[in-house]
Amino acid sequence: MHIPDGYISPQTAGGLWALMVPVWYTAGYKVKKALNARQAPLVAIGAAFCFVIMMFNIPLPGGTSGHAVGGTLVAVVLGPWAAVIALSVALVIQAIFFGDGGILAIGANCFNMAFALPVSGYLVYRLLAMGSQPASARRWLSAGVGGFVGINVAAFFTALEIGLQGDLFHAADGSALYAPYGLSQTIPAMMISHLTLVGFIEAAVTALALVYLQRTDPGLLGSRAGQAEAARGTFKLRPLIVGIILMVIFVPLGLLATGTAWGEWNTDEIRDELGFVPRGMESFAGIWKGILPDYGLPGRGGGFWASVPGYILSAVIGLIVIVAIIMLAAKLISGRSHKARQHG
Amino acid sequence: MAESTPAVPEWMLQGSAGAGLGGAKQRRASVVQRTIQGLSRALRRSVFSEQIAARDGLLQGIDPRAKTAGMLGLLIVAAFVRHWYVLLALYSVTLAMAGLSRISLGYFIRRVWLFIPVFTGIIVLPSLFNVFRAGDPLWTIWDFGSEVHFGPWSLGSSLAITKQGIEGAVVLVLRVAVSVSLAVLLALTTRWADLLKSLRVFFVPRIFILILSMTYRYIFLLISLASDMFTARVSRMVRASTPREDRRFAAASMGTLLGKSHTMSDEIYAAMVSRGYNGEPMSTHRFSMRGADWAWLGAVALVAMFAAGGDRLLG
Repeated sequence: MHIPDGYISPQTAGGLWALMVPVWYTAGYKVKKALNARQAPLVAIGAAFCFVIMMFNIPLPGGTSGHAVGGTLVAVVLGPWAAVIALSVALVIQAIFFGDGGILAIGANCFNMAFALPVSGYLVYRLLAMGSQPASARRWLSAGVGGFVGINVAAFFTALEIGLQGDLFHAADGSALYAPYGLSQTIPAMMISHLTLVGFIEAAVTALALVYLQRTDPGLLGSRAGQAEAARGTFKLRPLIVGIILMVIFVPLGLLATGTAWGEWNTDEIRDELGFVPRGMESFAGIWKGILPDYGLPGRGGGFWASVPGYILSAVIGLIVIVAIIMLAAKLISGRSHKARQHG
Repeated sequence: MAESTPAVPEWMLQGSAGAGLGGAKQRRASVVQRTIQGLSRALRRSVFSEQIAARDGLLQGIDPRAKTAGMLGLLIVAAFVRHWYVLLALYSVTLAMAGLSRISLGYFIRRVWLFIPVFTGIIVLPSLFNVFRAGDPLWTIWDFGSEVHFGPWSLGSSLAITKQGIEGAVVLVLRVAVSVSLAVLLALTTRWADLLKSLRVFFVPRIFILILSMTYRYIFLLISLASDMFTARVSRMVRASTPREDRRFAAASMGTLLGKSHTMSDEIYAAMVSRGYNGEPMSTHRFSMRGADWAWLGAVALVAMFAAGGDRLLG
């Protein structure tokens, strides 16, 4: 789910950066208020934890393995805003140091995996577990469902961001400038794999880890961060809704600027161009039509639902190819690490 | 963090290390093994990177702030460029920079190409065909004669590789390669601590930089904790474990790690307070810009201008 640089246009990447800045600011403010000076080591360790568990191999049905993100687990234990910061920091380190996800794409990756994932996972957990005892089965069941929803929400946004590129960014002759697939291809491809496989892994791992904590470390499930937020009811839906509205405004703004190369980084310029906002709304309407049933790919005709079997087919082929690549890459990399050892 | 050496002995990291764990089920048992390998690889890689960053080369000598700004600038240019030959030129610039920074070109090319661009190339493969994206056919593989229907879905009247598909694929793969090269160059030639401090130029709040640098430090501690847990698990196994057991074990390790981290953060906080921490991080490190750093920024601006201007001229 880590989007590398080059897959998404600078317009999209910039829009998501612009969106994440207020989210980070809010998260920093909330965490500071809830945890005082203790925040730094707690969040740092939380981030290190996120980083390390993304390296755990979890066996998948069929003999392969995948890794969990654990965002919902961290949100349940540290609180959602601390999870936003912890996961963002982990993603930044992955991007800069380990080449996992791009640098310009940090905004996008953080939006998907450090904001949408823990916040939606936590909301589901809170809604389902409301008022239950820390040791109850309802707690871990809710956390599992939260994990499933969280990772699927993140996958959906990833598909949305990549899919917009194929539908919107082309050279004059129609060749793709960024990721070449449209929404009608990326959404089924991402969602089928996450709804059927990855989501269950995340759910299982989140629930099992919670069961384990209930047995061995129940204090963590009523930790300061979570308790403080629950007691004061500081976690509100509003920032999430504001976030989604901002996303809706920012992404199309970026899309409009395909003709002018540099201007779209400057928000003042955009504000100066009065004509932009109504056109942005127009473009926004166009985007969401893409997910609605009457959408057809340009030059192919036919409705969305008429094309569904094709998308499923392409998703299945994609999955097979991806599994094959991962196995091949694992072989190649273990060969490379052997070489690297000789180097070092 | 050069002082932390991989805790796991070399022989355990070999692919065949699980040989004693038994027969037909060995593939499955290796999930634990693979995690240990992944964890150790991360440690080893970071030690190797610090070694490259300590070499005497072009990029190593440049002020981290100037270097980060320059690389970011080139990254943005690479994201905007629309022609594959401009991207190819930018890629050769990254190769030159790697050479001048005394990074072995073989290692650099392998490190960049082995995973992401190759992966991208395969993802992009279906888009070459007119079935997935409409375009002018360049090479018709199969002419169906008439329009073929697959259920309610139309395949069109032929299967062909399109000109637009090929151009799009080449642009995407090259763009990813250039971007990854720039990021790898920055990470390989800069000490992590300096890289983090240089983020101050980009108005990143101090508290985030403090958290980033603490995180980086504790990643290695947690990696060795996790790797110890997995190693202990392998040592105690007398038969291959089932995937179900492995999942339970992975989840339990995550839970344990989370509990340990939480305790540790309290201890670290107490240690920080006892050394005078009052919520505001301090730093004694100072950077200074020299002539060479300004020259570097000038050169980057020039490359960026050529690339962006050339791309414009080409239409």
